[in-house]
Amino acid sequence: MTVARRLVGFNLLTGIVLGIAFYYAGWYGGHHVVGPSLDYFGDIDYNEVSVFLAYLGGVIGFLIGLGFLNYPIARLRGYPPTLREKETEGVGRYFSLCTDHKVVGIQYLWGIGLFFFIGGLNAMLIRFELLRPEHQVFSAGTYLTLVGLHGTMMMGMMTSGILGPFGNYLVPLMIGARRMAFPRIEALTFWLLMAAGAILETTIFFGGFPTGWTGYVPLANEANAGMDNYILFFALVGISMTLLGLNMIATVVTMRAPGLTWTRLPIFVWGVLSTAVLMVLAAPVLVATLAMEALDRTAQTSFFIAAAGGSNFLYQNLFWVFGHPEVYILALPGFAIVLEILPVFSRKPLWGYRLAVAGLMGVALLSWMVWQHHLFVSGINGDLRPFYMLSTELISIPTGFTFICGMMTLWRGRIRYSVPMLFCLGWFFNFLLGGLSGVFLSDVPSDVTTHGSFFSMAHFHYTIMGGLVFTFMAATYYWVPKMTGFQLNDRLGKIHFWSMFILFNSTFMPLFAAGFLGQPRRVVTYTHGLQFLNDWVSVSAFGLGLSLLLFLYNLVYSLAFAKVPAPANPWASKSIEFQLPSPVPVHNFDKIPVFSSDPYGYGESPAPIAVPAGAPAGRD
Amino acid sequence: MRSGAKLLLVGLAVVVGGVLIGLYVSKLTKQNASAAYTWPVKNGANGPEVNITIQTVAAVGPKLSPNPEWVSYLIQKPSGEWARETVWKLPANATVHVTIYNFDGASALRNNYLARPQGVDNNQIVVDGKTLDVLPPDDASHTFAVPQLGLIVPVAPVTDDMKNQCDYAPCSMSNAHRTETFTFHTKGPGHYRWQCFVPCAAGWIDGFGGPMQTIGYMDGFLDVS
Amino acid sequence: MATGPTTTAAAGASDVNHGRRVVTWWIILSVIATPLVAIFVGPAIPPGNHSAQGTEQVFDNTVMTSIITPVLCLLVVFFAYGLRTFRAPAGDTADGPPLRNDARIQTLWMAVTGVIVLFLAGFGTYELLQTGAGGGQGPSPIAKPANAQKAYEVQVIAQQWQFTYRYPELGGMESNQLVLPANTDVVFHVTSLDAVHSFWAYELGVKADANPGSDNVAYVLTKDPETFHVRCAELCGLWHGYMFNNGRVVDQATFDAWAKKAQADYQVIAKYVPKYAHTYLPDPDRRAG
Repeated sequence: MTVARRLVGFNLLTGIVLGIAFYYAGWYGGHHVVGPSLDYFGDIDYNEVSVFLAYLGGVIGFLIGLGFLNYPIARLRGYPPTLREKETEGVGRYFSLCTDHKVVGIQYLWGIGLFFFIGGLNAMLIRFELLRPEHQVFSAGTYLTLVGLHGTMMMGMMTSGILGPFGNYLVPLMIGARRMAFPRIEALTFWLLMAAGAILETTIFFGGFPTGWTGYVPLANEANAGMDNYILFFALVGISMTLLGLNMIATVVTMRAPGLTWTRLPIFVWGVLSTAVLMVLAAPVLVATLAMEALDRTAQTSFFIAAAGGSNFLYQNLFWVFGHPEVYILALPGFAIVLEILPVFSRKPLWGYRLAVAGLMGVALLSWMVWQHHLFVSGINGDLRPFYMLSTELISIPTGFTFICGMMTLWRGRIRYSVPMLFCLGWFFNFLLGGLSGVFLSDVPSDVTTHGSFFSMAHFHYTIMGGLVFTFMAATYYWVPKMTGFQLNDRLGKIHFWSMFILFNSTFMPLFAAGFLGQPRRVVTYTHGLQFLNDWVSVSAFGLGLSLLLFLYNLVYSLAFAKVPAPANPWASKSIEFQLPSPVPVHNFDKIPVFSSDPYGYGESPAPIAVPAGAPAGRD
Repeated sequence: MRSGAKLLLVGLAVVVGGVLIGLYVSKLTKQNASAAYTWPVKNGANGPEVNITIQTVAAVGPKLSPNPEWVSYLIQKPSGEWARETVWKLPANATVHVTIYNFDGASALRNNYLARPQGVDNNQIVVDGKTLDVLPPDDASHTFAVPQLGLIVPVAPVTDDMKNQCDYAPCSMSNAHRTETFTFHTKGPGHYRWQCFVPCAAGWIDGFGGPMQTIGYMDGFLDVS
Repeated sequence: MATGPTTTAAAGASDVNHGRRVVTWWIILSVIATPLVAIFVGPAIPPGNHSAQGTEQVFDNTVMTSIITPVLCLLVVFFAYGLRTFRAPAGDTADGPPLRNDARIQTLWMAVTGVIVLFLAGFGTYELLQTGAGGGQGPSPIAKPANAQKAYEVQVIAQQWQFTYRYPELGGMESNQLVLPANTDVVFHVTSLDAVHSFWAYELGVKADANPGSDNVAYVLTKDPETFHVRCAELCGLWHGYMFNNGRVVDQATFDAWAKKAQADYQVIAKYVPKYAHTYLPDPDRRAG
């Protein structure tokens, strides 16, 4: 057992080495085997096929190097199956294929965090370029690449931003299970996402891509090889999302402990479930759409080329059939986290449990019926616009359920203003403004001016950054002590909250005005009259970046240096994960618990929600 | 682990992260951009005058670009050297005399209206000594266009029957080419972008990818000050 | 214990007290704020009154801001009151009252949000069906002005990266200037030659996507002479950020003079320009060059 053996034994390092080797094998194959046989690539310097083959090879090599083939090969050779891999190893398990859902959760937390900060860096560069109304540092094409990198990274990575770290870590604990239904698939979703993130960022070596996160054709057909990175990234994210969703649904439906009826399920698990359903249904549409786009670019088909019998409307429809559920995939886990955390710090039961569940499910259902509001002025189905206006506005009813349940949970409570609670309250403010600005966008006459402007950009940052990222922070401050066993610094947390809340609003509120005053999205130049507004926004955005760095500092300082041990139940929560030791042992439960109530019985009964009376400890 | 070692590790991570971010940003700032070239200015009777000499080539060649097959504009510096620089510094309210040597064949315009010279003196161009009001749209090889100045100039093509065609830039004057001249005027200070409207990027759908969407080939700026 | 029956019965008299205070403050705040918003904020929201459609949008925005103001007031009052009043003292370990549900509040909330939503959708539809509010409606518009047949037709051709305009009533003349007669119903036919663009005439309150091989119709009734901005509002490639120019609304005499001159200019190129049509689909030219 030496260092040398560890290094070659199927981990991140071997994954990267094999990934690079397979990448060049694919590149060679594309250039020297496939490329020459495709005369339509004529005399240009690269061909799209080689880019696709190289990256697909790289992903396969990466997964082989991580050891994803070991299990099927072992089974083929007749070895007995194992559901647990590397769970008892030391730090190395965080850098390898590990089937412990708690390890995967922590891998997700840092992995997603890394790409969140890369996406944020791109946002800083965008705001730097917009300090002056005219071109200054980046060329017009690079600016578009930055916009695309920021948008695609955030929209792609943050879909798993809560289900990845907190869903994987908490769902088995909350339902009293020892693992996820498919632990190996669980690990696969994470490593696919990491491969995808690397592919997206390397687009800068292939000329970038000009389309933003929507990837509209025909522009995407015209674009450089960097466009293929976008296609591969989103396709891999789509596959990862589908698998993640399937895994979550299977786990919640089949692996609940005895006594955990549907009405006793923590609301967070309901949020995960509704999101997972959306993921499973929406992401395959994206993967199929991108497969068509990849064929348009490589095999010279014409799914989306109007002049050759295809339709660019087809792409817009397919993309938004995915894309609108996608934004609720981002928002719903946030709703659930707010409703999960509010009772703990209001010291009251969750008010209107069934209404809250109905709200989550109602949003999930309605999100399938609204996608053409992204195409209100596109000239598609002009006579269907009143319907989409109605369905879009109907979404505010189930969203309102979340609001009333949260507000009534606070009502007459004994509110403790700890950091997770502050972020949840921040969510109410942000999501209220996001929702009310959505009223203008859903209304066709008003949308004519706001469509495609900074107004809509501010709107979805209020709902996604103000909604998802704020609740991500709430969840981090709330659960990371449980996940790591160490407390996060409270003082730094409070400074982080207030700076982030103020600077977030200072960044995005002026953009509503910029949109109404005529600044379209994704432009590198704007009229001189809007410079003050844009400068204000840029400066605030830099401050927001610093505030997020403070969060990173808090994480590193608290978890690596201060190391104040966290009590098992720092928030006096009734939820079952807080009845376990911190950090949670590998097998979660010595005995499978039997549930007797939901975890919201504050002020009702001092009895625990579950007793460990089930099956004795076993391997699985 | 001791806290000294941890500090070292964190410090190392910060340094590595900083270096990576620096490399990333410097890669992005260099990407697709070309340095601004200042044209020599003469003082004429009606304000500053500038003479610009350009060649347009079907393939820019390995010497001037990592993408040797891309179509491109090149400029000629006073030393006679050809360079692939498309961001030009020009004085405000100047008279600009442009000479284009075109070594490329025809590819039709998508919008035929742009085959008519506009925004230049007399709305006319001179091709190989002949004054033209319009170029047949299917003959257009490229255009030189500055939309903010209302300037659109179609560029006459080399035909297939001409001998000694140029394969790779920089092309010499002994290669088959057309010579086109025109004069336009800059306005007040500002960043004026210029582009080509002929879908001339071989290998891309609509002929509008690659060099058509990359500054330094068929696109650039007039940096007027 | 469990999710069982609600405990509202035990809520006590102090509940009524808090609720009444919030409602009172909410009503006071709304009664003050709503008229102020309706009079000062709503009408100030762009695009302004430079066209009938712009006026329509301003009216629409005024109605919507007026409706969402009480909603905003309710939440502001609720949180301002609740977060102060229900704050736990330091070191507090007690729990609040276990209120799990209240059917009256649920019903009331659902009814109110439902009514607001249905009203907004109905109002938006009514406003939309007037003249389309300046938005692109596709090739067969459903919302037309009364004299749509007589509307002055202007075609907007988007391409990478500029707009040109054709005037079928001036013999299909094409120009890179957009000039419109004042106080006239104008119908824009927007199409593209390559990527997806969006024609945004900001002051006129017109926005319509330009798609290749597809006609997108938007109506506008111009008002007094003025200059307006045109920008591309859909990401279309490298020079998307530079795809802008100005248009002009001018009186009829100026328009006629401009048309005469522009038509004369156009004669040079006229024979090369394709016949006026609502869409043009140039060959996709996969192997251009």
